[in-house]
Amino acid sequence: MTSMSTKTLPERGGTHEQGTAGSERSAGRRHSGLRSAARGRQARAAWALAAPFLALFLAFMLLPVVWSLLMGLTDTKSADLRTPLNVSFVGLDNYVRLFEDPQFFTALRNTAVFVLVALPLTLAAGLAAAVALDRGIRRFRAVFRVGFYLPVITSIVAVAVVWKTLLEPRAGLANLVLGWFGIDGPAWLADTRFALPVMIVMAVWRNLGTVMIIMLAGLQSVPQSLMEAAELDGAGPWQRFWRVTFPLLRPALLLTAVTTGIGYLQFFDEPFVMTDGGPLDSTLSATLYAYKQFGNGNYEMASAAGYVIFVLIVALTVLQFRVLRDKD
Amino acid sequence: MSTLSTLRTPQPGTNRALRRRRIRQNWGQPWLYLPLAGALLLMIAPFLWMLSGSFKPEADIRRVPPVLIPTAPTTANYGELFSTLDFTSMFANSVIVALAVTAGNLIFCSMLGYALAKLEFRGQRAVFLLVMGTLMIPGLVTFVPLYVLVANMQLTGSLLGLILPFLATPFGVFLMRQFISTLPDELIDAARVDGCRELAIFAKIILPLTKPALATLGIITFLGSWNNFLWPLVVAQNESQYTLPVGLALASSGQSFTRFGILLAGAMVVLLPVMIVFLLFQRQFVAGIATTGLK
Repeated sequence: MTSMSTKTLPERGGTHEQGTAGSERSAGRRHSGLRSAARGRQARAAWALAAPFLALFLAFMLLPVVWSLLMGLTDTKSADLRTPLNVSFVGLDNYVRLFEDPQFFTALRNTAVFVLVALPLTLAAGLAAAVALDRGIRRFRAVFRVGFYLPVITSIVAVAVVWKTLLEPRAGLANLVLGWFGIDGPAWLADTRFALPVMIVMAVWRNLGTVMIIMLAGLQSVPQSLMEAAELDGAGPWQRFWRVTFPLLRPALLLTAVTTGIGYLQFFDEPFVMTDGGPLDSTLSATLYAYKQFGNGNYEMASAAGYVIFVLIVALTVLQFRVLRDKD
Repeated sequence: MSTLSTLRTPQPGTNRALRRRRIRQNWGQPWLYLPLAGALLLMIAPFLWMLSGSFKPEADIRRVPPVLIPTAPTTANYGELFSTLDFTSMFANSVIVALAVTAGNLIFCSMLGYALAKLEFRGQRAVFLLVMGTLMIPGLVTFVPLYVLVANMQLTGSLLGLILPFLATPFGVFLMRQFISTLPDELIDAARVDGCRELAIFAKIILPLTKPALATLGIITFLGSWNNFLWPLVVAQNESQYTLPVGLALASSGQSFTRFGILLAGAMVVLLPVMIVFLLFQRQFVAGIATTGLK
């Protein structure tokens, strides 16, 4: 604690002095002394308000981000935890090792499948629910809204535990219901064909409520007059949705797609609780891979894997902005 | 939706059309209720399963095929949860961590949010870009050095290690800045003319007006902390520091899986408090989430 604060505080203090003095000097040339004194007061107040956040931010966000990057480029494994600087640079060796590890490829592939299937499904299901509730339902709307949104607020760990028992092959609810229709349900989480799809269904179940709530708010802000005008012009319901409603929802959809996508790329809690990455690595996610490397003391590999996921997040976000941005 | 047709006076003999229209006005699209009710049942089925399972005696849990309604409802699962797994201290840990993290974010994020939205200072843009630039960085990138850092600060044995890294988060700054910039500048100028000091303006004028945004940030932060898993899993060294998700996840791995009455009772304890709060305040809750999404 003390070593951290002494390290960050002087830096912040430095910028503070510079900021205040600088603005006073430049303001003094153009304005009266009174005005520049007011400016100085404002700048001092601003830095005083910013200081606590920035101190915490430097120590627990910026420092680790840079440190992690460096760690990925060193042989941290041999170093003692208490002397994290006693390491040598190995360039991109860790990244080479990472990409030579077939298990990492499996983890990346699973993560990609998870994101590429679950994300569009979540957006589509959320949007469909929002449109159905907005246009089709007058009574009990609050009941539906609350029910669909309920899973969002839940802990993934708790939900994963519940689903794990639900999917238990013999004593679980899923196969009981399938049995009513004469279907012999599989051993869901022990089957390489079903374990990942089950987690995709779970993710859609848990997150469609977020999309729904935000889209519902968007739908309610679509002016009624616009819809009536389109109707008078002979636009059918399908055309009205794609030509009038959808473009207006696009910014909100982009935001939910980006935030949900970032969350999905860090897919961790479900496989950790339900399968530990199995069976046969079929649910091993990139994050779980990084966590396991960390657990084995391979800090440099965990950091490198973290940065690979970060790059993927940036790539996905850029892609989403390209696809969903307003085209005008 | 069809203002033109409702304006027309109904002709005698079109009673059926009229009735259909009235149904539509009261209900919307009647055929949609059935599929939506089915979807709703799917959405809440896991919760019903959890509720029923947590009160099932051991005999019912092992029954194949399973029974939905416990034959002899019992609270034994809950009793065992708190006696053998020490859920009491885990619950307390979760509450302490979530409250501390929420308080920190409300204070620090609103302070910086106000400075960025309404005050002029050198380096303002740089600070804004720096903080916003880290919004996308996943916790995964920072957790290894953060662990080394917290371990070197000798905080791995205390709850402080769970709290400190989350006291100030970029998302909160984003939210507060967005909201505070919609407040009128004239308010602040008037206070300045009246001789109000800069920090007092923040405390006495801005803060009371930002209550809706603070409520939204508070809810989101509390939930995020309550449900957080990876970091407490990494940092918590012994059971005295476990939060509910960590305790539940570790209990569910290995042998105890066959005792899933206890696990479902554990899930109830994790989920029920937030579900109750949500059901009580769902209107404000949903409004808050919806507005964050639209900005």
